[in-house]
Amino acid sequence: MFGVEVSQLFFYLLSFIIIVSAIYVVSLRNIFHCALFLILALFGVAGIYIMLEAEFLAAVQILIYVGAVAILMIFAIMLTSQLATKKITQSNEQVTLSIFICAGFLLTSLGSFGHTVWRVVDKPLPENNTLTIGKLLMTDYVLPFEVVSVVLLAAMIGAIVLARREKI
Amino acid sequence: MLQYLALAGILFAIGVFGVLTRRNAIGILMSLELMFNAVNINLVTFNKFIGPESLTGQIFAIFVIVIAAAEAVVGLAIVLLLYRNWQGIDIGKINIMKW
Repeated sequence: MFGVEVSQLFFYLLSFIIIVSAIYVVSLRNIFHCALFLILALFGVAGIYIMLEAEFLAAVQILIYVGAVAILMIFAIMLTSQLATKKITQSNEQVTLSIFICAGFLLTSLGSFGHTVWRVVDKPLPENNTLTIGKLLMTDYVLPFEVVSVVLLAAMIGAIVLARREKI
Repeated sequence: MLQYLALAGILFAIGVFGVLTRRNAIGILMSLELMFNAVNINLVTFNKFIGPESLTGQIFAIFVIVIAAAEAVVGLAIVLLLYRNWQGIDIGKINIMKW
């Protein structure tokens, strides 16, 4: 649809947005602003999915992450709100050590990505992304599909039991 | 392809940094979401470039998203419980499981 240069430009723009807002998520003092930047980063990841021709996954990302998980986070921040407004330090004393650990992890993984010989298959993905995913979920992956619904039920019951008022 | 993997690696490293340094339990959960997203980018990238005959990677990413949502629900319920009983969600101060 677009030329290679235009899609490269979009990719770098989206990557810039994702990385900058992810750094804000882990470093800002006000936890509420962190949640807003988390939403921006999740939108960027949805854009990356569209660039990778996973349209259904992009829609699911916006519906579940931005629509449910991020709103849940904001709810929890507001319910525990005396921490949100105060100017307390949000990070502990391990920042320097953590920077070294993360930089080491990043260099190791980038080096191994660069040195691995990937067997790239130059074929198009199946047409009609959503239809194919729906068929796969109802044929090959029907057992994990059912198991994951039980997991969701268990998580829902667990959250209700944990968060209710009475003593357990 | 390498640029997508590099983006996912950087995002995962930022998430690890957040998990290691945050004091606030909700901050740790948000960093965990960043790490899940990095993993999902990896899965979709491999689906497109290595195995484009079927959509196995995208199915896997959907399951990761579902489990991440369940994890966020239970995690935030635990956070609210901690806040109610300890009047704060500083992870460093919550040590009832230490002995």
